[in-house]
Amino acid sequence: MNTPPPMPEAGEEEAFADSRGHSAARLLPPTRFAGPIPWVIAILIALVVIAAAGGLALRNLATSAQADLSAAVTVQVIEANPDLRAARGAAAVRVLTAMDGVQAVRLVPEAELAALLEPWLGEGATSGDVPIPALIDVELTRSADPAEVARIEAALAQNVPGARVDAQSDWLRPVYGALAALQWLALGLITLVALATAAAVWLAARNAFAGARDTVEIIHLLGATDRQISAVFLRTVLYEAAFGAAVGTALGVAAVWLLGQQFAALDSGMAGGGGLAFKDWLVIAAVPLAGVLIALLTARITIALALKDML
Amino acid sequence: MNDRPAEIVKFDNVGLRYGTDPEVLSNLSFTLYPGSFYFLTGASGAGKTSLLKLLYLAQRPSRGAIRMFGQDLITMPRERLPDLRRGLGVVFQNFRLVQHLTAFDNVALPLRLAGADEKRVVKAVSDMLEWVGLAHRSHAIPATMSGGEQQRVAIARAVIARPKMLIADEPTGNVDPEMALKLLRLFEALNHRVGTTVVVATHDVHLLKKVPDSLIMRLNKGQLSDPTGALRYPPRPATTSGSGV
Repeated sequence: MNTPPPMPEAGEEEAFADSRGHSAARLLPPTRFAGPIPWVIAILIALVVIAAAGGLALRNLATSAQADLSAAVTVQVIEANPDLRAARGAAAVRVLTAMDGVQAVRLVPEAELAALLEPWLGEGATSGDVPIPALIDVELTRSADPAEVARIEAALAQNVPGARVDAQSDWLRPVYGALAALQWLALGLITLVALATAAAVWLAARNAFAGARDTVEIIHLLGATDRQISAVFLRTVLYEAAFGAAVGTALGVAAVWLLGQQFAALDSGMAGGGGLAFKDWLVIAAVPLAGVLIALLTARITIALALKDML
Repeated sequence: MNDRPAEIVKFDNVGLRYGTDPEVLSNLSFTLYPGSFYFLTGASGAGKTSLLKLLYLAQRPSRGAIRMFGQDLITMPRERLPDLRRGLGVVFQNFRLVQHLTAFDNVALPLRLAGADEKRVVKAVSDMLEWVGLAHRSHAIPATMSGGEQQRVAIARAVIARPKMLIADEPTGNVDPEMALKLLRLFEALNHRVGTTVVVATHDVHLLKKVPDSLIMRLNKGQLSDPTGALRYPPRPATTSGSGV
């Protein structure tokens, strides 16, 4: 103790000063995932995953339904006399088959029509007491826009009196509107949850900073740069956010899978169009990454503002 | 005038107030020269800690100009202050050790913050702890250490990176006289062997006589007096008129 420890050789201090960006590990207490933030982030990310999956499924559903129906029209031959109805139906099929721009024509069999109507009309659907129009499904080679519908109506008017032509997509227009509204709802939900994530991280970073203020002041006065101090906090935020994002994604994907199974069990043609494609799963996989990025960005801004208060 | 060494610190008409309170430091003008050993004395509340805060860059003055290591602190952007701080060693009055770090890690902080190689950190910190008599306590955290042990850790942390200027606020307040002398010898060794400028704030007038070449600055109600000629050039050591303190 009588002799002081050896002093560094001349120039060694410069070597200290020249080496930047050294790990600032262990300057703050280690992360223990003890606080609520990882779990709050997990819940928020799970909600975003579910909302994103729902929005994407609705978009696929709408796209699929529109693709199926956009080039389809239905021709109804309304005639109470069954024989005349059958004759006019056959005439309509001939006219339609001969038309330019028509890809396929199918006269829906009466038995099939009766089966479709039986849940509503009961046995009356098959008794013949209730006149049922002849239905013809027509697939066009182009979109069934109003001009196309008018062209078909004009062609049928001469040979098939009482024929009514409807674009199939017109029937589902309110459904498309509802699906679009639900997609906007999902987008709004995602935005709100992203803001909530940022707010939660902002609070967490502020509290963490307040809790470690004494340590921060000490290392600040010992020559720590803002970058070094931020790095310590950001490391903690990264660990917590990554943990929360992983848990949240697992929960969200599990919920989406269960919902998918439920909808698949409906065996409905429309619900079948709402499945998720590979690219949709890529979008869902980006949710936790975006969550972690939002958390890091928020924490960085919060800490930078707090450090500005120190000289 | 030209043979004067470049100053380490130069205060020019510096004043400091907190908020709208009256000034705690007024019209301070003095120069600290490299390789000198200064004692800062004064009654409690005279402004010693406030002056030290200006010196260790925890505070900007309310008015006046300060130059440190040849650079103007008033106009210096805050991003450049860490570089300056790394040239300082500070022993805080209440030690200010990082409570969750061991004695070893506390002492290692300045080296690690400066990016020193870990092998060198281990060697330098081990040697320093050995020298302050705390090698056997290197894994202890501050809460389990006595006041004297914590003070020795704080001093070891302040000198480990061989600062250009060492600033110590009552560094011997919690240690026995024998340890106080040993710590003063360490400060002297830094002063003589590395050329570190040393500024020690103390109440202990006996301490002043232990360092023969020291200079004395006295604060009284925020004003600096110069009882020993420390603020003139060439400075006159305190031993020639120590009674003036």
